[in-house]
Amino acid sequence: MRAIEASDLRKAYKGGVVALDGLSFEVEAGTIFGLLGPNGAGKSTTVKILTTLSRADSGEARVAGLDVVRDADRVRRAIGVVGQRPGLDPEATGRENLEMQAEFYGLVGSERRERVTELLDRLGLADAGGRLAKTYSGGMQRRLDVALGLVHRPKVLFLDEPTTGLDPEVRGDLWREIERLARDDEMTILLTTHYLEEADRLASALAIVDRGRIVAEGTPDELKSELRGDTVQVELSESANGDASMAVRRLAGVSELSVDGKLLRARVDNGAAAVPSIVTALERDGLSVASATIARPSLDDVYLRHAGRSFEEADAETDNARKEAA
Amino acid sequence: MTVVRHTKQVALRYIRALLRQPAWVAISLVQPVIWLLLFGGVFKRAADIPGFTGGSYIEFLTPGIVVMLAVSAAGWVGMGFIEDINRGTMDRLLVSPIWRGALNLGSVAQSVLSIVIQSAIVIGLALAVGARFDGGAAGVAVLVAVAGMLGAVFASLSNGVAVLTRQRETLIGVVTMVTLPLTFLSSALMQQSLLPGWIRWIAKFNPVNWAADAGRSAVGAHADWGLIATRTGFLALVLLAGAAFATRAFNSYQRSI
Repeated sequence: MRAIEASDLRKAYKGGVVALDGLSFEVEAGTIFGLLGPNGAGKSTTVKILTTLSRADSGEARVAGLDVVRDADRVRRAIGVVGQRPGLDPEATGRENLEMQAEFYGLVGSERRERVTELLDRLGLADAGGRLAKTYSGGMQRRLDVALGLVHRPKVLFLDEPTTGLDPEVRGDLWREIERLARDDEMTILLTTHYLEEADRLASALAIVDRGRIVAEGTPDELKSELRGDTVQVELSESANGDASMAVRRLAGVSELSVDGKLLRARVDNGAAAVPSIVTALERDGLSVASATIARPSLDDVYLRHAGRSFEEADAETDNARKEAA
Repeated sequence: MTVVRHTKQVALRYIRALLRQPAWVAISLVQPVIWLLLFGGVFKRAADIPGFTGGSYIEFLTPGIVVMLAVSAAGWVGMGFIEDINRGTMDRLLVSPIWRGALNLGSVAQSVLSIVIQSAIVIGLALAVGARFDGGAAGVAVLVAVAGMLGAVFASLSNGVAVLTRQRETLIGVVTMVTLPLTFLSSALMQQSLLPGWIRWIAKFNPVNWAADAGRSAVGAHADWGLIATRTGFLALVLLAGAAFATRAFNSYQRSI
């Protein structure tokens, strides 16, 4: 069964910015699905449409078998949402936040009280339940946000960049909690992230989003195994664009070669075997090597291959575009 | 009833947040007192103008101040929505199955409650400094009720504008541009027959004036129940339109994000 189906979603914002450009994907029930992409790729817009917050200009989407436009109210009962921005009310206590949320889902009386207590316990907020949410640390606020999304035991949980801005330790805690939700509560989880390691660690299937479209889809291993071999990265002592690529290109088993200033990147079948011959070839041409590293393919490489630029470049592009717009 | 439960929950949330700001509570309790004493002092001699029939100026002024405080307090209600939108709280509420109307009505209910409390303070103070309201308790209740209705109208409009513009500066601009002129284009501070003809004409279409006329008539010696009924009816119609506007503004917001 599919818990989420998005088909050919398109959306443009005022001023002609295209956020979604024919985006489609499906999520199997009971799995964690990752939407991975840089800032501005269209991940959050997708979540807004699937959670009935916003509407697509065209295309269709079903969540828990229900159309997000025609059956918006039933979709809202079936889903939990943890948005990118905190949804909590800072002027209310943790418990008050949860009780108000429960009220909107029709939970009343002792059932509500028990559920709220259970969630506070589960997310490690039992002692903080009576304190105003604005006094919480960043990690606690995030956990309260997650608790708010879980109050009514949703079938499908949306987590929009859940760990952005959290320190590594807190991020690890939240990862374990997310895994537990999928495993013990049999929830379908759609997670957006622009941390490659987060997608790698949590998602059983993922889609890479770039400029409002899905550019690659599969399990993290499938996507990585698409990339044969390893990435070798060589740092030269001095910049030498043309010469360096000439020297290395002649070697057997080297592909996807790129040189940027002092940095040379290449894909090779076997990193350990290739490094000595690359270094030798470079030094024969009078180029001295400062360092050489071998990396197993990462999702960053997958992204680079499908989107034609690295994650950092894509993020920087979006930031620049935003600055220009502002 | 979902409608009532959700509205109550939203109202409680805003009331709780306000009560946790002691400075706000203090200011909103003191402000109407300052207005009554200030306006009462400055315009005291207005009662001497030939043709003024309202008894002492304080007696005349009290319903006007009640109406004025309703407008000015309610105008700022939309600030809460802008904060909620900027913070992300509004998005969380909008993806829950909350009854949409509860968002506006809950915030309006909180505003009306503060208006009722502030009105009670003003009326109590007026009585303490010697004003007499011949309309009695029933008249005073009608005055507070029309002030509450007027406040609900302006709170709804403020919420609608807040959701559509999402900018503090815009809301401040709109509120300052609208509320003060509407107060002066009414009989809130000066007897109708002593106002210039053009103001009297505009005042006919001004909800602030409807509330001032109805409230003042109700606390006076000879309440004109026909006038009170029609003005209350007008206010009810504008309130319906305002609440519909504020609730529908969310559709426009959701289309734009």
